[in-house]
Amino acid sequence: MREKLEALQAEAIEKVQQADNLQSLQDVRVAYLGKKGPITEVLRGMGKLSPEERPVIGELANKVREAIATALDNKKNLLEEAALNEQLQKEAIDVTLPGRPVKTGGPHLLTSIIEEVEDLFLGMGFEIKEGPEVETDYFNFEALNLPQDHPARDMQDTFYITDHLLLRTQTSPVQARTMREYNGDKAIKMICPGIVYRRDSDDATHSHQFTQIEGLLIDKNVRMSDLKGVLLEFSRKLFGADREIRLRPSFFPFTEPSVEVDVTCKVCDGKGCNVCKHTGWIEILGAGMVHSNVLRMSGYDPEEYSGFAFGMGVERIAMLKYGVDDIRHFYTNDVRFLSQYHKA
Amino acid sequence: MFVSLNWLKQYVNIDNITPEELAERITRSGIEVEGIERIAPESTNVVVGYVESCEQHPNADKLNLCQINVGTETYQIICGAPNIAQGQKIAAALPGARLPGGMKIKKAKLRGVESNGMVCSLQELGIDEKFVPKEFAEGIFVFPEDTEVGTPVAELLNLDDVILELGLTPNRADAMSMLGVAYEVAAILNKEVNLPDEAYPTSDSKAADFVQVKVEDGELNPYYGAYVIENVKIAPSPLWMRNYLIAAGIRPINNVVDITNYVLLVYGQPLHAFDYDKVATKEIIVRTANEGETMQTLDDQERTLKGDELVITNGKEPIALAGVMGGANSEVSNQTTTVLLEAAYFDSRAIRRSSKHHNLRSEASSRYEKGIDPNRVKKAGAYAARLLAEYAGGTVAEGVVEFDELDRQEKKVELDTTSVNARLGTAISDEEIASILTRLQFHFEQTNSQFTVSIPTRRGDISLFEDMLEEIARIYGYDNIPYTLPEGEAFAGKLTTKQYLKRQLKQYLQGAGLMETITYSLTSKARTEMLVSPEVKEQSVHAVALKMPMSEEHSHLRISLLPELVDTLSYNVARKQDNLGYFEFGRVFLSEEEQTTEQPTETARLAGAITGMWMEQPWQQEKKPVDFYVVKGIVEGIFAQLDLEPAFQQAQVDGYHPGRTATVSHNGRAVGVVGQLHPTVQKAYDLKETYVFDLDAAYLMDQYKEEPSFRTVPRHPSVTRDIALVVDETAHAGDIQRTIKESGGELVQQVQIFDVYQGEHMETGKKSIAYTVLYQDPTRTLTDEEVEASYNSIMEAVKAVHGAELRS
Ligand SMILES: [Zn+2]
Repeated sequence: MREKLEALQAEAIEKVQQADNLQSLQDVRVAYLGKKGPITEVLRGMGKLSPEERPVIGELANKVREAIATALDNKKNLLEEAALNEQLQKEAIDVTLPGRPVKTGGPHLLTSIIEEVEDLFLGMGFEIKEGPEVETDYFNFEALNLPQDHPARDMQDTFYITDHLLLRTQTSPVQARTMREYNGDKAIKMICPGIVYRRDSDDATHSHQFTQIEGLLIDKNVRMSDLKGVLLEFSRKLFGADREIRLRPSFFPFTEPSVEVDVTCKVCDGKGCNVCKHTGWIEILGAGMVHSNVLRMSGYDPEEYSGFAFGMGVERIAMLKYGVDDIRHFYTNDVRFLSQYHKA
Repeated sequence: MFVSLNWLKQYVNIDNITPEELAERITRSGIEVEGIERIAPESTNVVVGYVESCEQHPNADKLNLCQINVGTETYQIICGAPNIAQGQKIAAALPGARLPGGMKIKKAKLRGVESNGMVCSLQELGIDEKFVPKEFAEGIFVFPEDTEVGTPVAELLNLDDVILELGLTPNRADAMSMLGVAYEVAAILNKEVNLPDEAYPTSDSKAADFVQVKVEDGELNPYYGAYVIENVKIAPSPLWMRNYLIAAGIRPINNVVDITNYVLLVYGQPLHAFDYDKVATKEIIVRTANEGETMQTLDDQERTLKGDELVITNGKEPIALAGVMGGANSEVSNQTTTVLLEAAYFDSRAIRRSSKHHNLRSEASSRYEKGIDPNRVKKAGAYAARLLAEYAGGTVAEGVVEFDELDRQEKKVELDTTSVNARLGTAISDEEIASILTRLQFHFEQTNSQFTVSIPTRRGDISLFEDMLEEIARIYGYDNIPYTLPEGEAFAGKLTTKQYLKRQLKQYLQGAGLMETITYSLTSKARTEMLVSPEVKEQSVHAVALKMPMSEEHSHLRISLLPELVDTLSYNVARKQDNLGYFEFGRVFLSEEEQTTEQPTETARLAGAITGMWMEQPWQQEKKPVDFYVVKGIVEGIFAQLDLEPAFQQAQVDGYHPGRTATVSHNGRAVGVVGQLHPTVQKAYDLKETYVFDLDAAYLMDQYKEEPSFRTVPRHPSVTRDIALVVDETAHAGDIQRTIKESGGELVQQVQIFDVYQGEHMETGKKSIAYTVLYQDPTRTLTDEEVEASYNSIMEAVKAVHGAELRS
């Protein structure tokens, strides 16, 4: 009986090895471990054995059964894995074909610059103010120290709606409005980005509509050196940490002293090139100390308060930063232009 | 302003500085030098020659064979100019000479005869054609007889000069004169200014016997001075004077006119020379013009006066538009023998007005407009009289016939070192301030750190402390001001909710696949009548018109973003870009009237336009053109960004497809429109199917609740029920959805459409819509009975309201 069991085990394991699919393996399982299988049969014939032999053979029969079961399980795992592999092979695709495009848009280049500048000044504690584009003569000119008949009004050709209503030529009226809102007794730290208009024929460098960002800081004891400090910090953050700035005297009716501010040319690193007309410097903004007439007209006592203001053309900054060669690109909205400045 | 450095040298020493360095110093301390120009940098080895003989070339009719004596030697030169003649002094370019434009002069043979140089025209020497006198325009230039043979021509014709072009800001009218520039340069270089000598000899005649001067309004014309110069001989002015005028960009005419222009350039004081005999009445009356009065100005224009111009008259009729231009009737001509010279001070606003009215700018008006120096009027008059005596053979009658109410007082500005440093952030000493004031040639009284500065009248731009602050800062040097940061309270800035939302909405739309555009606010009148959102149109708004537009294309302020946005699509489609999604977040300008005196309402709108394929995957043959639901989905997303709920209502809107358009509303208020452009509009713009949306962004952002309250995360399971209904094919799914929501009770959290079917197995004229209703109570588990009750009332309602049947 012992021999018979051992022979059964060998025979069954060989059959397991031979099985090459799950069905034939199942057949082996039924044939050897089923209720009608040879092992069950052996166990049924145990009654004929002596009481000493009975537990020994019983134990052996269980061992044989377990060995066959283990072999069956192992083989089943193997076959299943093979079947899965075969299935996965069939599912293979050409990974070199292009992916499904994810469609995204992007910001206008002017918006990107405005937001960048806004974030720089937000970080320095400035707030962002806005104002109307259709302005009164008063806020666009008079409150900014540009009375009627002032020769400097020629500097800005204006679109008028009536004699007293116009399209703002600068964002400075927002400064005048804010000063009024703050009532002459509070410090102001603000920037005002916005659209402005001038009577210019559109060409590569002129646009009847363009964008400005102006800034204003009013407090007790504001010095010209503070203006230099703030503008240096701003220029370095916008154009690069190794930039230098310089101030050149200029004239704006609402500031005195007035200056134009240059930053070292990033193309040539200040050595001189075509972009900077061989000067090493590029003009980026106008600035100055707020004129006492402007302070007074807006309710601030120039004996107590002083301040500085600055302003820049966003298109100009964009043209310098990204090498855009024609201001009309910003308003034509050619998709081939717009999409150059973001990853779509 | 063009500044000849050779001329400037007469007034200030600039010998030890290169033109480039000088230009840089001037730019850095106040006046921008916009260009440095050399007249003819290459004219070397060109000298004055005497034409000893001039005969016809033996082998050529049109060429002359000349013997030219240049002092040391005589050269045989062949010349083709028609005006060359024996006895002339001419410009001879000798072998080895280089002319402007790179031409090199060599020995050569012309038609078999040797030629050792070239006789030059002014143009060949680098002088702009517009400055060449008529008589020399077609040939060589002839020097005056007394010119010394052998003198380098560059010197005589000022060809070695360097011209600085100054870009003057309106405040620096003082630099519109050579003396003004001299003061500026002297301050920068710490030098003296050498002033011209204005003394002149007088004759026995008395000016007062020739003319009387009457001024009607001493405010508009506080000073008028008339000089009389007899025995004038009209001739060309001296070569050096012509050179300087050319350098300054003024065409030489004759000695009298050139002298007035020359003095104008030296002092910045406009002068005018009348032909005394043509004035005829022995009277000068300065008055305001009469409306409708006419006169002919020197530019041969007939001008009808508006009535507020200042005119110079002879008591009968205008003989000059004061401060702007002389009259043709009193013009100096070759026959003039007696000159009446005007040196006057006119009010800047008056001159500005007449110059603007007649759109006439002159060297005179551009100076009067910005304000001239009251202390130079008489000096300039005297200097011109001196030059007329010296260079026009004139004899100056004694005395000046004057009207004089001019204020020539210098203003005083108080200054103290502490305030200067407090405002600049510097540590400038009392001594440095005193030294800067001295360099500027401003007189001052000093007590320790307290200064009382007398402002010279040439600097009309200075009247306040901060004006002086600028003077000190620019001479001290902006580079010497330190960098500091403001000392005030520091805090971090923050976007306002609306600024934040604007960025948020733009980002959402970019994520949704749309590209941001910025278009012009000014558009044509026709476009302001297109694609206006219904709720805007209802307010009966008008587009504001410009008073004087530059073009019809940009004559009105937009009341809708869409016309320009759709035009942008059209522009791109014309450039073979077929699949486009654009949006703009911008302002529109709403007014009650087209010609308004009130500021219009400026309000933010958000619009988008999409055309072409919305989704494309070529190798999988997937192509999905944009449709209504794409754009509607984007609009729903905009509302979701703001935590708002939109409602859509089928609508007929001008410019839109009548069956594929909906108005958008929020809480019963109309806020915009979404839909397909009407095929005729599409055709007009050359577009295929195009879908747009247009929303009142300002209103929607106003509705945003800043801090949404915390919503409990549900701990109890939800229950869903599907309801499939059969309705008329014209029924609107959204309406039924609303009915379900409203009739289902509080437990209904969400109603979603998951299937719409029409066709086979469906009765004609009917369609089926299937909804999933989601029930939930965050505090407890729902019972079957409650859900069943809700379901029943929903069924009752849809049956009653929409005639819906349960789909079997
Ligand atoms: Zn450069």
